Amino acid sequence: MAEAMSSRRPASDVLVVGAGPAGLAAAYRAAESRLRVVVVDDNPDAGGQIWRGEQREPRSREAQEWFHRIRRAEIELIAGARVYQQIEPGTLLAETSHGDVLELGFENLILATGARERFLPFPGWTLPNVMGAGGLQALVKNGLPVDGKKIVVAGSGPLLLAVASYLRAHGAEVLLIAEQAAALRLARFGIGLARHGGKTSQVFALRRELKGVQYLTDCWVVAAHGDEKLERVTLRRAGKRWEVSCDYLACGFHLVPNLELAELLGCEVAGGAVSVDEFQQTTVPQVYSAGESTGIGGLELSLVEGEIAGLAAAGKLEDARRLFPQRAKQRRFADLLNRTFALRDELKTLAAPETIVCRCEDVVFDRLRAHSSWRTAKLQTRCGMGPCQGRICGSAVEFLFDWKAESVRPPILPVRVESLSHKKAQESQTRTNLRSEI
Amino acid sequence: MPDTVSLSVNGVAVTVSAGSMVSTAVLKTGVSSFRRSVTGEPRGPLCGMGICFECRVTIDGEAHCRSCQTVCRNGMDVRTDG
Repeated sequence: MAEAMSSRRPASDVLVVGAGPAGLAAAYRAAESRLRVVVVDDNPDAGGQIWRGEQREPRSREAQEWFHRIRRAEIELIAGARVYQQIEPGTLLAETSHGDVLELGFENLILATGARERFLPFPGWTLPNVMGAGGLQALVKNGLPVDGKKIVVAGSGPLLLAVASYLRAHGAEVLLIAEQAAALRLARFGIGLARHGGKTSQVFALRRELKGVQYLTDCWVVAAHGDEKLERVTLRRAGKRWEVSCDYLACGFHLVPNLELAELLGCEVAGGAVSVDEFQQTTVPQVYSAGESTGIGGLELSLVEGEIAGLAAAGKLEDARRLFPQRAKQRRFADLLNRTFALRDELKTLAAPETIVCRCEDVVFDRLRAHSSWRTAKLQTRCGMGPCQGRICGSAVEFLFDWKAESVRPPILPVRVESLSHKKAQESQTRTNLRSEI
Repeated sequence: MPDTVSLSVNGVAVTVSAGSMVSTAVLKTGVSSFRRSVTGEPRGPLCGMGICFECRVTIDGEAHCRSCQTVCRNGMDVRTDG
């Protein structure tokens, strides 16, 4: 078998995985100490999800400031490369979009792998044009025109407001926003926000941009209908059900951290987030984590965590310490946020027996219900065994059945056969498999 | 750099702004089903960020490319399996 083109790069002092706000802030602070800093990201451009497309279509002044800083600093960005394996402590493998394999050596590693949306299965959720809220926004940021399109935004979390506002600014007709959280909780959230001055003004700005769009609390989509693609949705609120015709449903239930790489490296994960100490260091020495991977907290928390991780990786502990109060404040906001948008139990009854839960393998709810753990369900039904490796159904079955994630094995993403047959990759797979069989 | 890129989706020519992803070019041609699931259901993009693998298409003969993470290039030949 032909071996993939492979190149070994000089080891970096600090390798950052993820070029979203946390990763960029970490890279910038580490580079200030004149360290050799490399950032690797699977997207074609830096910015992560929240700053996706900012370089083509600037919207946020804060994003522009960070990009400006990064451009001036001595930082190497490797875009379009997916980290899929660790071949030995201190060396990761990444596959580029051209199929080449990069060996990325490092002294210190900062995991800023971000978050993804939580999806919950309901009848019709697999129809084309039913997308994540952030999912549809990402497509629009990547060039999809939505002018004149009728869109229902649904699910949970502050992202819904940001997405609705963004879609509207791009000419879409946002029919309504359905937020599953209760009005009472949101009212408390509003009071809590008052303690975070900057956040209140953000909310008021969004409210202004969304003037005239219905924001329904205690409301969710119970079904999507259509033949070959979405045609309409059924909504439910206070026991009442009604149908709305639309072109797109943008539906996501808040966010969950991306943990696969941290788990692969043996970092402790607790409560669905990477465990870190006060300097953002994980339980594995010289491996740090910052941003949404350590718990969902939004942009400002990601930035300050990234700065702390970057400073700590550069040995500037006192400088890092000076940022602790700022982080503590943002963490209080994050706690408030996550309490507010906690999912209601009624959502567990959304899936019908024949509703697909695992979209890769088309495993329906009824087949999963009989199992007591994800492990047995995987073995018997192939749930979570497809190309997404449980990234979509994992957070759903956790909510629906209280199943915990299974241990992660390399490669953490499907890669080309050539990348798997990369000599060092094979050796380390053999080692890993042997270990797990012992 | 030119402002637009021209490619073909299932033999239909489409022009998109430079930097657009293949997923947006496919949707722009009116195709919403990118592939068929293992039981034959139509599927299209869900996550928009390279995680769900629902937007896989064939690009220049290479199957299973994630269209949401692939930037459009002039002359690209994109095939959906929906």
